[in-house]
Amino acid sequence: MTPAAHAPPAAIAVERAPWEDRTPAHVRIARAIWNRVAIGACVAAAAVVVLPLGLILWHLIAHGLSGLSWEFFVSMPKPVGEAGGGMANAIVGTLIIVGLGAAVALPVGIASGVYLAEYGRGRFAGLVRYTADLLGGVPSIVVGVAAYGLVVLPMGRFSALAGGIALAILMLPTIIRSTEEIVRLVPQSYRQGALALGAPRWRVTQQVVLPAARSGIVTAAMLAVARAAGETAPLLFTALGNRFWSVQLDQPMATLPVFIFDYARAPYDDWNRQAWTGALVLVLLVTVISAVLRLTVRRIQTR
Amino acid sequence: MNQERVQRRGGSADQVYKGVLAAAAALVFVFVALIVYEVARGAELSIRTIGWKFLVQTEWDPVADKYGALPYIYGTLVSSLLALLMAVPLGIGSAVFLAEIASRRVGSIVSFVMELLAAIPSIVYGIWGFFVLAPWLRTFIEPWLIANLGFLPLFRGFPFGIGMLNAGIILAIMIIPTIVSISREVLLATPATLREASLALGATKAESIGVALDAARPGILGAIILALGRALGETMAVTMVIGNTNRISLSLLDPGATMSSIIANEFTEATGNLYLSALVQIALVLFAVTIVVNALARALVHFATGGRRDAAGAA
Repeated sequence: MTPAAHAPPAAIAVERAPWEDRTPAHVRIARAIWNRVAIGACVAAAAVVVLPLGLILWHLIAHGLSGLSWEFFVSMPKPVGEAGGGMANAIVGTLIIVGLGAAVALPVGIASGVYLAEYGRGRFAGLVRYTADLLGGVPSIVVGVAAYGLVVLPMGRFSALAGGIALAILMLPTIIRSTEEIVRLVPQSYRQGALALGAPRWRVTQQVVLPAARSGIVTAAMLAVARAAGETAPLLFTALGNRFWSVQLDQPMATLPVFIFDYARAPYDDWNRQAWTGALVLVLLVTVISAVLRLTVRRIQTR
Repeated sequence: MNQERVQRRGGSADQVYKGVLAAAAALVFVFVALIVYEVARGAELSIRTIGWKFLVQTEWDPVADKYGALPYIYGTLVSSLLALLMAVPLGIGSAVFLAEIASRRVGSIVSFVMELLAAIPSIVYGIWGFFVLAPWLRTFIEPWLIANLGFLPLFRGFPFGIGMLNAGIILAIMIIPTIVSISREVLLATPATLREASLALGATKAESIGVALDAARPGILGAIILALGRALGETMAVTMVIGNTNRISLSLLDPGATMSSIIANEFTEATGNLYLSALVQIALVLFAVTIVVNALARALVHFATGGRRDAAGAA
């Protein structure tokens, strides 16, 4: 150690600490202002984005609630010119067609999702993922056109069946990818524990992993199903619509979204009012279906 | 070694189980192949009869059996770009707010609202646009635009209420949740050290957010393209508010039509094979465009988040 090491460096005349801000005042002020403006703009953007949702919900309730009555759920649409009537056939039709779609899409989608989560390391699985994503990006109207060619043309008529298949294709990608995500969340120790006890892999998946993931899968799947319930475009030329009562799968069937579309475009005030009520019922249906299922699943699990 | 024996014990049953699951997974290919096959087959007649001129002709006259898709392609592009113009700044701003500024409580509330927005069926957006937004545009916004910005060809014409502007606004409302949720995720995925380093160098909060945004750029771009894909294919809401007239007009106030709206409007009424086939060909074009756009977007999002965020959440 030389004494020079302790001596302050005489050559540098330190007037200010090196970390002191030497930018001119106007630059500093400009930066401070820009900081406020930019952050303020972001806050404003969030406010503007939330606004339309509030407006849509408000108008939905304001316009739709007045027409909401028991009659709306249990009676049939009235002929043009007669006031009143309901959408009983459309509500039942929506439930049937969505149920049909779910009956096809749920087993296939959940099985695929489980495959991707439990065995999905190879190239095949990667391709499945990519294809599912592409399928998810196909516009619903294109799926409708395909279902028309696939089911309506060979059958020779519009049918509930065609609508159900169109909806099944629309539900599938979401069910696959969300099932995969949820099954992946099941801790690895569950699988290891079961394997250590001597269970074969398929029983591990079937009896340990799936029960653990069940509530999550149901929730995610229901979200997909509920979203499909609101689809209109693919039903326009598959299930078509029907002003009369029909529960036959090989016949045209009324659905809530198509009814709303037709009634909203009709030049009658009473029909327009019913379109609003129908929209309110549809939104309730979409949210209530998923909420109820979520609750029942939770109850089954805790039992 | 133990595990090996265990696996052998369940051997054949395991193979069957895995085979069944794999078969279900393979059905995705079948569905996509069926869609491609059906749409291509349906469009075949139109492709052979009209050819590539289909894409550039403007006349759509079923009576004379003349079909040109240009006005619909134009309408789809313009309404979607208009929507992006509004949705991108608002969406990114909101994402920054949620990821960087808001407290956790506020952030979760706004995120919840976004999820709600995404779950509303498009037909509901449609009737809102038709019965609420259209009169509002007709009486307040559009007359103002004509009076003050009427010197631009974009804002010339008559305040109809329904038209390109209305469609753009509705589409913007519909695609904002996509942009916000993915951009937020991408921003949260950027390393905190970026912000810390820039703050340590004396950056303001806004400047450090700028650094994070720079790092998140590919992911945000992916979110925007994904949103574009949704806007291009959106049908019902647009069909209700765009006015459905076959014309190309520079003015945003004028009614128009999109590829999806013409299909929704005319498909069930299409009489004649060529008419129907022309509509299916429009579906084919729409399909091809959205596939390309989506593939691009997903690659970008995947790249930007290192595979953390995939389409399942993005949809």
